[in-house]
Amino acid sequence: MGEYADKLPKKMLDDLRDYLEKKGKVNESKLKKILDTAVDEYNNARVQAGESVGLISAESIGEPGTQMTLNTFHFAGVMEMNVTLGLPRIIEILDGRKELQTPSMEIYLKQPYSKGKDIREFALALKETKLSDIALEFSISLIDSEIEVKLDKEKMKSLNINNSYVISSIGKQVKGFNAKDNKDSILLRMKSKEESVNEVYRAKEKIKDVHIKGVKGISQVLPVKRGEEYLIMTSGSNLADVLQLEGVDHYRTTTNNVDEIREILGIEAARQSIINEVFKVIENQGFNVDIRHIMLVADTMCVSGAVKGITRYGVVSEKASALARASFETPIKHIINAALIGEIDNLNSVVENVMLNQVVPIGTGMTDLIMKPKNGKN
Amino acid sequence: MKKKFKTDKHILIPKHQKLSDAQKQKLLEKYNVSVKELPRILKTDAAISSLGAKPGDVIKIARASETAGEAIFYRVVVDV
Repeated sequence: MGEYADKLPKKMLDDLRDYLEKKGKVNESKLKKILDTAVDEYNNARVQAGESVGLISAESIGEPGTQMTLNTFHFAGVMEMNVTLGLPRIIEILDGRKELQTPSMEIYLKQPYSKGKDIREFALALKETKLSDIALEFSISLIDSEIEVKLDKEKMKSLNINNSYVISSIGKQVKGFNAKDNKDSILLRMKSKEESVNEVYRAKEKIKDVHIKGVKGISQVLPVKRGEEYLIMTSGSNLADVLQLEGVDHYRTTTNNVDEIREILGIEAARQSIINEVFKVIENQGFNVDIRHIMLVADTMCVSGAVKGITRYGVVSEKASALARASFETPIKHIINAALIGEIDNLNSVVENVMLNQVVPIGTGMTDLIMKPKNGKN
Repeated sequence: MKKKFKTDKHILIPKHQKLSDAQKQKLLEKYNVSVKELPRILKTDAAISSLGAKPGDVIKIARASETAGEAIFYRVVVDV
């Protein structure tokens, strides 16, 4: 069976092997016959050269797309995560957006956290705390150019942090202050004396955003049980920092932000992530789209090594033909630019030939006649 | 950045492998293509950081596919 590894996909061979093992012994010549028939059947079932697969994919994804939910659901006040679903999510993925409406992560954990031990504490330690979260009030004294930060002692206690920790994190992230510990508050005095009022106000806004604890960007955490194990769902995403953490299973932890995945795990992981995310939405809505269509779209988005959206700035801008680009969006811009640099259009693809009323290189239109003249005659 | 986490170990990343020059030639002949026509992968890509690939090298990727079990894909390494 080994020699057929090149001719048949791995899954088919495995299925065939399992089936034949159940059926009992098959002799050599019969096995060869079975395999040859399988190869024939497989080759017949393959997509023919010249088939316009992109068009079929577009129709197959677009048709159920018309019936998807158009709006995001908001669960106000419920401890459930709010995730973009339906058409907006599909558009978001296929456009290759970098900023998502609702970024979120699924953080898998190693033992013993995955069994539920200290899961709440672990989750809360992930959540980002800014200075504005533990402060009651920010007040400014303009005469001394001082900022006073009143601290919420109870909150600080529950987060297990003290004043000196807060002061040192402020000192690390915002320069130019002398901090003084006043027990219930922190006094920050600007080092340079002559600061304008504007400066002080700007500094106040900066100080509000000082990162105190947790992982940057994670704004909500929710431990959930899936099957036998516990995992943490978050809103807000920061794959790079979460993967560094102790106790996180960095083999399975993922985010729904494709661009982040590309950056940290590479283009192939991004491709897989596009497929997973799109398929999740389609399945969630109860539609039945063949995964091969989504694979084709994901492949197209990832050929160049970076994630390119299906937009005029993404994959469409990569088209070789100026006419094809012009037929998508902003035609005048493309035609003017093509004229300015004297672009040559070889009319190798579909759209430009449709425009010129010529045979389109699809299916039977792909073939060309090549003739070898005999002895220079004919 | 802090210490780098070993990126080749993740459920989303398929196996990446650098082709030798002979294998590369054989591949290009088999599909009758030039290196330029292959899909690309950036030199800085996280998944190939440990392979020490240079621009022009071809990477063989064994994807886990839902439909075919395993699908082989090739990408050529490019500068940015």
